[in-house]
Order: sequence, then structure tokens, then C-alpha cells
Amino acid sequence: MIFSFEIPLLLLLLVTAAGAILVKDLISAVLLLGSYSFFLALVWAWLGAVDVAFVEAVVGAGLGTVLFLLTLFGTAPKDTRLRRPPPSLVTLIVFPLLGVLLLFTANDLPEFGDPNSPASVHISPTYIEQSYQETHTLNVVTSVLMDYRSLDTMGETVVIFAAGIACALLLRRNA
Amino acid sequence: MIRPHDSIIVQTLGRFLIPVVQIFGLYVLFFGQYGPGGGFVGGVILGTGMILSVLIFGHDASRSQFVKNVLHGDGVGMLIYAGVGGLCMIGGGEFLNYANLEIPGLETASRRSLGIVLTQIGVAIDVAVTAVSIVFSLSAEEIMEDSING
Repeated sequence: MIFSFEIPLLLLLLVTAAGAILVKDLISAVLLLGSYSFFLALVWAWLGAVDVAFVEAVVGAGLGTVLFLLTLFGTAPKDTRLRRPPPSLVTLIVFPLLGVLLLFTANDLPEFGDPNSPASVHISPTYIEQSYQETHTLNVVTSVLMDYRSLDTMGETVVIFAAGIACALLLRRNA
Repeated sequence: MIRPHDSIIVQTLGRFLIPVVQIFGLYVLFFGQYGPGGGFVGGVILGTGMILSVLIFGHDASRSQFVKNVLHGDGVGMLIYAGVGGLCMIGGGEFLNYANLEIPGLETASRRSLGIVLTQIGVAIDVAVTAVSIVFSLSAEEIMEDSING
């Protein structure tokens, strides 16, 4: 059951990611990146994180592609010509070693969905048991994000606001 | 400067799709109380709907006038979010402790639910306006002229 669509999905993810890096033309790279985001959204939905899948599909595949394309249309071809020097020896040695190290330590991660993992025994049971009585909100994720951790979410909102203001200040020269 | 799209297929589809996208954005925004969704995604979907209308009908179309007016709302979302926090302080509690919202006839849990809805709307407005604002910044007129001349 696991092998039915997990392996093809991850293969498509790898192929689109590699394609986005290796392709010669920047516009093709942007479109490949958009399809990569779609496959990544499928992976999130398959892992049960439907919220994240939503955001990945809308922001990664929709908004990100539009922003990249608008930026490409605003630049001259000489600014975006690709120069790819061959990878240096250090890159060829260090990055495979890093990958092996990460794979080696991945053994110690808790099982997916393990109820006894450190992340799910600390405060999550309290949220799951009491959030409906305390906030009358059925979605535990929403009540954690917007009520228990509201100050964090406000910080994120400030970051988005600041990003919009900074873009306007830098790019709109006479408006 | 974005010009209107030439194709009648794109224009007709856009005329049908954009209201659907907007209604879906509002649905996702308020469905965040019950399931996957919420202020951030809802706001992004609302913003993308407006961006789609600008991309299809161009900067100067009468449909894009509303989107241009939306740009003046930069900061309203933050104001709503922080304002709810301030109202909680006025009610005698901590910043963003919705249980202290001074609304008669509501028990504590319902007040917190209302606070969640209000802050979600704040996040959605902030995200939507920011998305539209970044697209307008990137497609500003002088940048496009540079690329045509150079």
C-alpha cells in the first residue's frame, strides 16, 4: 500500500527539483519550480498536513510563480544569462558526506505518528483535550495558532507586512 | 504596466473564475474554525484572485480599480490584529488574551472563539494586501520600460 504512490510521487519531486536546477532557461526553471511545489503539496497532504499543502499549492505554485515571472519580465536578458562553473572538488566531497551524515542520524528520529515521541507527550495532549472547551474552536491547529500562540502569529503578520512595505519602498521609484 | 490579455478565452474564463476564487478564499478563511484553512491561506487566495484579475484585464481596466483601492488598505490587517490585542488590554487582561474582550452576554470560550475569528480576518487582510502590493511593485511602469528599451 505504501509503495502504491509514495515512490512515484517522491521520484517526480526529485525530477522536477533537478530539472529546475539543470535547465538552461530561467522561465522553464520557474515553471518547473511551480510543478515541484504542486508535487510537494501532494506530499504534505499525504502526510496529513492539509494546511501546509494548501499554503504550498497557493503560495509556491501560484503566487511564487507569478512573482518570479514578473521579476524575469522586468530584467534584461543580459542580467539573467546563466553561467554555471563546474562544481569544485570541495563541493563534490562535502555535500555527499553531509547527506550520508543526515541519513545516518535519521535512524534516531521517532517513527512517523509515534504517540510516545517527545513532541507529542509534552503539551500537545493538553491542547487536544482542552482546546474545544476553552476556545469553542473545533480545529486544534487554529486554536493553537491564533489563541495559545497568538503573539507568534502576530509576529509573522508583522514580517509579512514589513515585506510588503520594503518591496514598495525599493521598487516603486516614483509612485 | 500590465496590458489586458488578448485572448477571448482567457478573458471569459477569468470573468467566471475570479468570483469563484474569491468566494473560495472567503470560505477557506472562515472554515479555519472547523478544519484545514485559516487566515493566511484565505488571505493568499483572496490576494491571488485579485492578482489574476490584474493579469487578465490589465492595470487600467475598470475591474482593476478595486484592486488599486485595496492597496490603500496596507496596514489595516495589522491594525485589526493589534487592535484586538489592545481591546483585550482595555478589558483588563494580557495582550491578545481574548477571554478579556468586553462583550456582554458571551461566555469566556465564545469570546476566545470570536477573538480567533477577528484575528484571522486581520491576518487575511494583511496577507492579501501584501500579495497585491508586491505584484504592483514588481510590475511598476518604469521597470517594464527599462526592459523594453534595454
